[in-house]
Amino acid sequence: MNIALIVLLPLLGSILPALMIRSGRNACMASAAVVNFLALALLLTHSPAVFFFKTTPKISWPWLDSIGLNIEFWVDGLGLMFATMILGIGLLILIYARSYLSAADPMGNFYCYLLIFQAAMVGIVLSDNVILLMMFWELTSLSSFLLIGFWSHLPAGRQGARMALAVTGGGGLALLAGVLLLANVADTYRISEILTRRDLIQNSEWFPTILVLILLGCFTKSAQFPFHFWLPRAMAAPTPVSAYLHSATMVKAGIFLLARLWPVLHNDGMWFYCVASIGLVTMLIGAIIALFQDDLKGLLAYSTISHLGLITMLLGFATPVAVAAAVFHIINHATFKAALFMNAGIVDHEAGTRDLKRLGGLMWLMPVTAIIALIATFSMAGLPPFNGYLSKEMMLEEASHTKWMGSKQIIPTLVTIAAVFSVAYSFRYFFGVFAGRVRHDYPHHPHDSPAGLWWPPTLLIILVIAIGLRPDIMAESLVKIVTASVIQDAAPDIHLKLWHGWTPAVTMSGIAVGGGLILWLLASWLRTIWDKLPRPDAKVIFDAVVHGLTRGCQLISDSLHNGSQQRYLFLIIASVIAFAGWNFASYPWAHGDRPLQPITTPLVVGWILVVGSTLLVVINYRNRLYALIALGVVGLFSSLGFVYVSGIDLALTQISVEVVTIILMLLTLFFLPKYSQPESMSWVRWRDAGLAIVAGLGMGGMSWLMMTRPWSMESIQSYFLANAKSGGGGTNVVNVILVDFRGFDTFGEITVLGCAGLAIFAILEGLARGKLRQRLQDWEPDVARTADRHPILMVVVTRVMLPMAILVGMFIFFRGHNLPGGGFIAALVVSVALIMQYMASGFGWTANQVRFKYHGLIGGGVLIAAATGIGAMVADRPFLTSWHDHWHPPKFWEIDFGDIEVASAMAFDLGVFLTVIGAVMLALAQYSKLGIIAVDAEVNASPMDCDPLNNQPPVNRNHKH
Amino acid sequence: MELLLSSAIGVFSAAGVYLVLRPRTFSVVMGLSFLTYAINFFLVSAGRLSVNMPDILSKGKELSEYADPVPPALVLTSIVISFGMTAIMVVMGVRGYFENDSDHVNISLTEEMIARSRE
Repeated sequence: MNIALIVLLPLLGSILPALMIRSGRNACMASAAVVNFLALALLLTHSPAVFFFKTTPKISWPWLDSIGLNIEFWVDGLGLMFATMILGIGLLILIYARSYLSAADPMGNFYCYLLIFQAAMVGIVLSDNVILLMMFWELTSLSSFLLIGFWSHLPAGRQGARMALAVTGGGGLALLAGVLLLANVADTYRISEILTRRDLIQNSEWFPTILVLILLGCFTKSAQFPFHFWLPRAMAAPTPVSAYLHSATMVKAGIFLLARLWPVLHNDGMWFYCVASIGLVTMLIGAIIALFQDDLKGLLAYSTISHLGLITMLLGFATPVAVAAAVFHIINHATFKAALFMNAGIVDHEAGTRDLKRLGGLMWLMPVTAIIALIATFSMAGLPPFNGYLSKEMMLEEASHTKWMGSKQIIPTLVTIAAVFSVAYSFRYFFGVFAGRVRHDYPHHPHDSPAGLWWPPTLLIILVIAIGLRPDIMAESLVKIVTASVIQDAAPDIHLKLWHGWTPAVTMSGIAVGGGLILWLLASWLRTIWDKLPRPDAKVIFDAVVHGLTRGCQLISDSLHNGSQQRYLFLIIASVIAFAGWNFASYPWAHGDRPLQPITTPLVVGWILVVGSTLLVVINYRNRLYALIALGVVGLFSSLGFVYVSGIDLALTQISVEVVTIILMLLTLFFLPKYSQPESMSWVRWRDAGLAIVAGLGMGGMSWLMMTRPWSMESIQSYFLANAKSGGGGTNVVNVILVDFRGFDTFGEITVLGCAGLAIFAILEGLARGKLRQRLQDWEPDVARTADRHPILMVVVTRVMLPMAILVGMFIFFRGHNLPGGGFIAALVVSVALIMQYMASGFGWTANQVRFKYHGLIGGGVLIAAATGIGAMVADRPFLTSWHDHWHPPKFWEIDFGDIEVASAMAFDLGVFLTVIGAVMLALAQYSKLGIIAVDAEVNASPMDCDPLNNQPPVNRNHKH
Repeated sequence: MELLLSSAIGVFSAAGVYLVLRPRTFSVVMGLSFLTYAINFFLVSAGRLSVNMPDILSKGKELSEYADPVPPALVLTSIVISFGMTAIMVVMGVRGYFENDSDHVNISLTEEMIARSRE
């Protein structure tokens, strides 16, 4: 249980700092830190299990089991180490950021994003399900976008964030494809099970594809060559973000995944050549570029790229000892690099610049900061007795006996060159900033920072020294356990100590320090050469690619979508017809042998009326009222047609929907012109007519061919017919399907309808305000209006009809489960009766009579329907399973009520009923409100214009000023 | 009867396509209504036609004596959703009419060019 909580705490807790910022910045920081600390404490409660009992705590909750996505977490050595790093360094970063961020920065947002990011990272390292892992993976891309672009007022921040998102997000897509293939081949989505199926995966024909896709994801995330370019741009982020994302977390996610999948992916062939080579190249290039950076964070960024390359290369070597070295270096790099980023932040914060050319001599002004930097840079350079030295020695040792394409020299040589550069840039960092004379032209006057900035890196520095001096106590057992969990086997017998005797690694180290010293002294001379070398600028290339893609898409969409709806509808319909016709052409055109239903006289009459009315609409569509009446005829006869083919519910629904639709369109015609002029050129009309005829022939022909054939496979109808009564408790099978078997569809459907009602309200409400309201008021009706706005006859008749209509509605509602009817039809009947009140007595009076809001009706309806469904879950059945029973009420005054059927579907139908009334009434009532604004009429308070009891003459209120 | 229904579906589709391609909002909405009729009848016809066999269970009837209840259930959903869609379309037509002082469906090219040059 509480494994999931380690992830959920920061995720849900991310809201806290956003709220606590109102109580001040310290409270904000404290809330985030508490959340972080609790997650860390929870995590550490699992460490005894992993360390001493060698077990892996797991949890598994079913979620979407059918697609393999379940909530599955585990804590093994690798996950424990990464999660501790993420949460531990995260805590330090939270504290550091409190002092770092200025008063103008929205701190609540910052901590909120940071905790989301933290949750995503912890989620990656603890997931035991590949799809779950991918979700967290994407979440890190998104939340790191927010963090990198935190200073969104800076163009560099926005561009850097966008580039990082594009690169890591693109890699994420490849990775998704890769892990899905992997899971498919391994036949499980559970990581712990995938790890045991190496043979299955490596022997699969998909293995090369899987490997390439997964490596793409890992390399983009971990900034490996040639995807390294986003990392330096991401340095536009606030320094706490860089320290967190680019030392311990985000960029390590790729490394983590390489390590996680190492047991199944590693081999001496493709894996070695892809991973080790890319890692080596990245290590070398990163180290070389880092030497020539003037920006402290730029230098650290390229150094990070180089170190990530180093770790990748070690994993690529595919030997257990190399894995142990990689694991050890992950720990060491996180400690000294996070400390260095924080250090760069302190320098920037106090001296006002991070430019090496403007710095120097700070040792005398900021001694504490200088000591931190000294230890961290020497560890980064790989000098004893710090922890960086130990893992670097292990790396050199492994590299010294690894062959590449049969050559013994190539890897040791290149690795040594990279080490030389790494010593040189480390020296440049420390001596460039802190050594030399005190200058007088710093942008700020530097002095040691407040404690909040220097003690988090100091804690890390203590680790750097402690691990460096006593690795056997501090790190050895951890490295062994983590290595064992990476390789899924017994850990190699390694001993971490400072002096192993005179090994090749010591020689290489010596060359590195000597060479690095010389290189550092020559740095300014080399710089002049470096500046003259042509180098590709990743940003230019990236921008050109992005711009080209945007241009290309714009060209396509502009040529298709030029703003003419007629044009793109034509294109869409024409292409649908073309594609359908392509399939149609290969189909046997002869009609089938199914016995046909007889043609009767009423059918022919109906057909003539329907087709005739359709033609009338097509010919006279410019006379809109006329066309609307003809459309109504088509609708009415359609419902008769439904009755004829045994769809009684359909017919009832169709006729009630038809009435409401026609009312709605009539209301529309109140505003829109009643006539329109012919405007299309005749060739356009003929072209459209041609397309229409082809479409009609296609649709008609297709249904003819279909109807004359029997089903090609068994229909599923018998299931519904057989189970409607026993399973759903109703005899109206169509209704039972709607409220029970496919209740979830109906639930979605009423939600959509409710949304449509709200959308209509919003669209029309926009007309009732601002400049559009003015236009509405200026609008002149194009035909004369009747003087009698609220005819007395209609008022009286509708008033009498209302209770009857509601009674009919109730009747239809209650019989719905067993006989034709149901909530939807009942709602439309009641709506029509209600809307008649608006039509007869006007908006003002009617709106005063309505004691509830239609919005609430929509919400209430959806909630009731949902509650019915959840009720089933409470009873341990799937969502929306219906319950039904017979209830025999007690006799009342000797009257026997008989058996009454009670079904929970009834409550669901009530939800449908309320939602539909709400949506329909909201739309129509809003329309009548607009009408009042448009004709500038007074809002009537009485139901009739003239009160027959008062004998006053009717007032003509239709007059416009 | 199959011939009558399929020809009616054809006529509805043709009328729908023609009206949808007209330049004013109101005719487009009417065209959509015709397309809805066509599609609903098409869905119903997928259950094959059966006359006088309503899906109300009663004792003593074989399962084969009922019409297929699945297409009507689907069409009911279709009717409701297309009602919601039609309502939104007409309302957008009205809003557009007052926003642009015209109920034409196309964006005039000049206005669009102005908007793009402003970006």
